[in-house]
Amino acid sequence: MSTLILRTVAPFLTALMLLFSVFVLLRGHNEPGGGFIGGLIAASAFAVHGIANGVAAVRRALRFHPMAVSAFGLVLACLAGLLSVVFAVPFMTGLWIEPTVLGVTVPLSSVMLFDTGVYLVVVGAITSVALALEERDGD
Amino acid sequence: MAATQADLSAALVLTPVPPADWLVVLPVALPLLAGAVLTMLRRSVRLQAALAVPVLALVVLLDALLLAHVHGNGPVTMVMGRWLPPFGIAFTADLAGVLFALAAAVVALAGSVHALADIGDGERRYGFYPFLLLLVAGVTGAFLTGDVFNLYVWFEVLLISSFGLIVLGSEARQIDGAIRYAFLNLVATTLFLVATGYLYGLFGTLNMADIAVKAAERRADLPTMTLAALYLLAFGMKAAAFPVHFWLPASYHTPRVTVSALFAGLLTKVGVYALLRTLVMLFPVEREELSFVIALAGAATMLVGALGALGQSDIRRLLGYTVVSGIGVMLSGLALGSPGGVGGAIFYALHSMVVMTALYMAAGLAGRLSGTFDLNRLGGLHARSAFFSGLSLVLVFAVSGLPPFSGFWPKVMVTKAALDIGAWWLAAAILASGFLTTIAFARLFLLAWWRPAEGDLPAVEMPAGALLPLALLAVLALWFGLFPDALLSAVQSAAQGLADPSAYVRSVFPEVN
Amino acid sequence: MELLFVLLVAVFFAAAVYLMLSKALVRMLLGTVLLANAVNLLLFASGRVLRAVPPIIPAGRDVPAALTANPLPQALILTAIVISFSFFAFLLVLVYRAWQDLGTDVANEMRIAEPEDEPAPPAGY
Repeated sequence: MSTLILRTVAPFLTALMLLFSVFVLLRGHNEPGGGFIGGLIAASAFAVHGIANGVAAVRRALRFHPMAVSAFGLVLACLAGLLSVVFAVPFMTGLWIEPTVLGVTVPLSSVMLFDTGVYLVVVGAITSVALALEERDGD
Repeated sequence: MAATQADLSAALVLTPVPPADWLVVLPVALPLLAGAVLTMLRRSVRLQAALAVPVLALVVLLDALLLAHVHGNGPVTMVMGRWLPPFGIAFTADLAGVLFALAAAVVALAGSVHALADIGDGERRYGFYPFLLLLVAGVTGAFLTGDVFNLYVWFEVLLISSFGLIVLGSEARQIDGAIRYAFLNLVATTLFLVATGYLYGLFGTLNMADIAVKAAERRADLPTMTLAALYLLAFGMKAAAFPVHFWLPASYHTPRVTVSALFAGLLTKVGVYALLRTLVMLFPVEREELSFVIALAGAATMLVGALGALGQSDIRRLLGYTVVSGIGVMLSGLALGSPGGVGGAIFYALHSMVVMTALYMAAGLAGRLSGTFDLNRLGGLHARSAFFSGLSLVLVFAVSGLPPFSGFWPKVMVTKAALDIGAWWLAAAILASGFLTTIAFARLFLLAWWRPAEGDLPAVEMPAGALLPLALLAVLALWFGLFPDALLSAVQSAAQGLADPSAYVRSVFPEVN
Repeated sequence: MELLFVLLVAVFFAAAVYLMLSKALVRMLLGTVLLANAVNLLLFASGRVLRAVPPIIPAGRDVPAALTANPLPQALILTAIVISFSFFAFLLVLVYRAWQDLGTDVANEMRIAEPEDEPAPPAGY
């Protein structure tokens, strides 16, 4: 599997896919895209990295266990829902703030927090499955 | 958000949400959040139990508060993301759902305490407590949701967490059991999804209150019978009803005994609850037409379960068949459909959650004290600990349906409801299965507890932490046997709430009536 | 158009049931994958198949410009795909472990949980 060509291209490909996944995540706000599909792209990036450089390299690069990443995403999603307690609106209501940073209005919302949570859940879950299967391949 | 001045009151909840409504969501959100946090903290084994047990105690408290609220004010609804139903997903807590949720939380709390003594560090590192919390979130979500597709999602949440729990330890026999469990449950949930797809195709809505109203109006020209039959099959499989019960006795004895106890208390009852919800509330006319089939399945489930229990020498497998037998009583109550029948089914489900969990815990302790689960070799447990023996005797009486324990009243309710409409054969089947269960458990108690041990018992310490939840559950079984009045009236109003969902519908669509 | 979908769903279901009746776990596994896809198609068809634009509201408007496709079945299918994928991943690992630990992928040969020669319970004491 791991040819010279793949090993050479993999770092660029992984970086590009990760960047693209973030783009898709943020674009999902008002247009097609979103956390789920972005998470899938990011997980594929890690899978490519794993095929080229081995599973251990991916685990080192991730620093955290993929399941912990996934759980953190679930925590974010839950918190995004529970934020509505403070504002006396139903669970998971979209809440928006639009702070101005250096003259640029940045719309932030609990929806985006939730979507980021979904992104992390998908990245973590899919990566942990993919890495487990790639490890199996080796032995 | 565009700055147009469109009238949003048709689509959005614009009034502030009263704090009490949060009681509907918190029993689900809290274990979900805690489960996620514990997954992140998987390495720190000490923290797991220290966080999980208080969270589950809090969930019990929240469910109790919700029960008090619903008992006083009728069903409570909260929609997700402020979209009005039927567009937003609604969480609606009515009396039936809350009773189930409270019993589930109590059972899970007992299980989490029992796990302190039964589940080792290795399994905790593997994620016992996170899976348990996610399981509780799934089960509670299934009991409180007011949306059919959302019910499917919670089914999957609880199923995936149960997959994690059933393979905890990764022994060969667990993998064997898990394969049967996983494949057959997958087929059941897929059938559920098929039925839900048709449901959406027919009614164009997935909100239960909306469906209840629309089904009543448009029953004549829609193939609702197909839907009801599909739901019966799908949830019957989940509940382990004859003839689709074979996965349960093939798998429930394989995992860690605390896990078996939790499964016996939580999983099949979700199937029973879903049967009650769909067939009594959404499709009552179809249930009436199917009632003979359901009654036959119920009678067969009871007898097959009781006979299976008589034929087992492994006490955990004996208990697996007993779980199946209890499902038969609940199905009979469902088939009768009268307030007495459905109320009896709910009461029996609550009783079964508590007692079957406790029995699995007792079996686990018995196995640990004597080093075997084989009836041919068990013995001398009474001499070992009279207190444990007394608790077990309470549970044996309760599961056999003898007074004054909790199994007695629901059987009386269902039997009386059966006799009221002249279904003497169903009443006879209930009594016969009760008789067979009594024989099976009397023999179990005589052999394992009363009979002197053949050799010396292994010198294992009696874990006090494992006895505590057992005692709690046994006290509950005794309490609701001695003072059933409150629960009897509660399950009857829960049954009426299912049969006449007007209060449920009003809580989801306040402006209609 | 719906009729085509119905026929396709029927073929998928038939193939899935055929595979799941097999005793070999790998075939059953493939059967579950087909089954999940059959259901996804069924969900899609149950939302009615329309020749319509995607359900996306253009910038600066509050409602869609024209009749759009029904977004709800798509959401349902997305959920169902995610769930069936996670099931498939779990079952795949489980079947692999079974093959490693039990040395077989034939369901009938797995008798560890329910041994054939289990003794009957004692008749008296």
